[in-house]
Amino acid sequence: MDWTALFLSLRLAAWTAVILLPVAVFMGRFLAFRQFGGKGLVEAAVMLPLVLPPTVFGFYMLVAFGRNSPIGDLWQSLFGHQLVFTFEGLVVASVIFNLPFAIQPAQRGFEAIAVEVREAAACCGMSPMRSLWKVELPLAWPGLMTAMVLTFAHTLGEFGIVLMVGGSIPGETRTIAIAIYDRVQGFDDRGAAIMSATLVAISLFTIAITYWLSARVGRRLS
Amino acid sequence: MALEVMARAKGPIALDVAFRVEHGELLALVGHSGSGKTTLLRTIAGLWRPEVARVTVDGTSWLDTAARIDLPTHHRRVGIVFQNYALFPHMTAAQNVMAAMDVADRYEALRILDLVNLHGLGSRKPAQLSGGQQQRVAVARALARKPQALLLDEPFSAVDRATREKLYGEIIALRAHLAMPVVLVTHDMNEAQLLADRMVVIEQGRVVGAGTTAQVMADPEALRAMGIREVAAMLPAVIAEHGPDGLTRLDAATGPLFLPGVEGAPGTQVRVRIMAHEVILSRARPEGLSAQNILAGTVTQIVAGKGPAVTVHVRVGDHEILSRITRRAAEQMALRPGETIHAILKSMSVARDHVACAPDVSVLIKRFQAPICDQF
Repeated sequence: MDWTALFLSLRLAAWTAVILLPVAVFMGRFLAFRQFGGKGLVEAAVMLPLVLPPTVFGFYMLVAFGRNSPIGDLWQSLFGHQLVFTFEGLVVASVIFNLPFAIQPAQRGFEAIAVEVREAAACCGMSPMRSLWKVELPLAWPGLMTAMVLTFAHTLGEFGIVLMVGGSIPGETRTIAIAIYDRVQGFDDRGAAIMSATLVAISLFTIAITYWLSARVGRRLS
Repeated sequence: MALEVMARAKGPIALDVAFRVEHGELLALVGHSGSGKTTLLRTIAGLWRPEVARVTVDGTSWLDTAARIDLPTHHRRVGIVFQNYALFPHMTAAQNVMAAMDVADRYEALRILDLVNLHGLGSRKPAQLSGGQQQRVAVARALARKPQALLLDEPFSAVDRATREKLYGEIIALRAHLAMPVVLVTHDMNEAQLLADRMVVIEQGRVVGAGTTAQVMADPEALRAMGIREVAAMLPAVIAEHGPDGLTRLDAATGPLFLPGVEGAPGTQVRVRIMAHEVILSRARPEGLSAQNILAGTVTQIVAGKGPAVTVHVRVGDHEILSRITRRAAEQMALRPGETIHAILKSMSVARDHVACAPDVSVLIKRFQAPICDQF
């Protein structure tokens, strides 16, 4: 059992979820409430990581963040090392790759709020920020929770993109999924089996919790 | 002063309307769906902005497209009761009311809930309340905002008839506490007549009739859009006694009225809507007639419209009853203003929901001791 790899995966998943939470709230809310020209294009762009092979996506990440790219050079001058093949690089890739998993459920969560309820909040004298805090977030939170859990679970299971922009550096970029791959390549079937089962258990547990919480919220609101 | 509204727009709903509502006055905006009445309400609340519009409250502009003033909704002191109430489903009734307060005050929230007859239901969620109770929470929440204008958007359309009748009485009672202008949007002429002081009839975004409720309800031209059969008079009365046969005797200024199925203790004040097409006129006091209500009065006006009917205004005591009869009948009877006439009303012709309780408001004020009028 490669505990380092497991904790690295959990750390990566947690960071991705934490960074994507505010993004999901504001992008999800924006896409749910606003009508504007080109909205379909924006929504399509958000969904793109869902259909692109991780290799294609990873290739562009390497081009955008790698050595000799403007962002890569900036990162190098700021932190003294390059962005790709580091944990930070993995987080950036993971955040972008998980945009659809975070934004889509959040958007559905905000869309479920009746427009009159939001108008009533304004008529109660609530500023948009206060309305977000007091009315919209409590009502949209099943969607936001789904967004976070999907992001977390999906990051745990991500393989291709990690391999492309992270490689397999122990303690830095070797996630549990990569570790399993390495074990299988090394004919360590027992190690691979233990780690696979652990990953299944964690993912199942996370998603089961979401369903349980959503059902509770559903009862609370109806 | 008061609430003044002017709105002009080309689309999506064409509008060209202006009206004014005084303090403590209830104005009904009536019209069919799509006439633009809800759009006007949304304009007042800042939820919609027509191309050219001005909304002023007590001399302060909330919206003035010419002066580029457009206060966001949360900066307008407006209380609104939505058609489907739009309560916050995750909050209790008391929390819903507190959400509209500048400083959340649970005690005050429960007091306002008491005022709308929701005593003891403060900790229920909207889903645990009946339609009528939800409507009352919505009214309480609108009042908790201490609004400079109270807006009611078809607030009775989502409840059953029995609840609606009860809510009419409550709104009439509540009005004693309301010092602000109130705008009621409705397509129900009965509702408008029972509740409103003045009416504006809107048809395709234009005002086709305006005036006091009595004026508008007697004006066939104003009512053409809503249906001439809506022409009716309103009579205040007091429940005198419930007869063993199910008929209730009401004492009105016009004399006793016998109507079926009126609820309320003797002494309760009620308003009765009497449809003009249900009233028969007779020169001589008729005898051997099944109709229970024969009121002697004086013809004050005979108003002819374009159609084959005329509206006869009959003054009975301090009040006026209207009768729609054919022009031919009026000519045959040779009716002239000043003449004595008998108005005959069939008891069974007054629908149950055409009688609204108008409880004695002094009782409510006593119950809450504090002079609530100052606070809203």
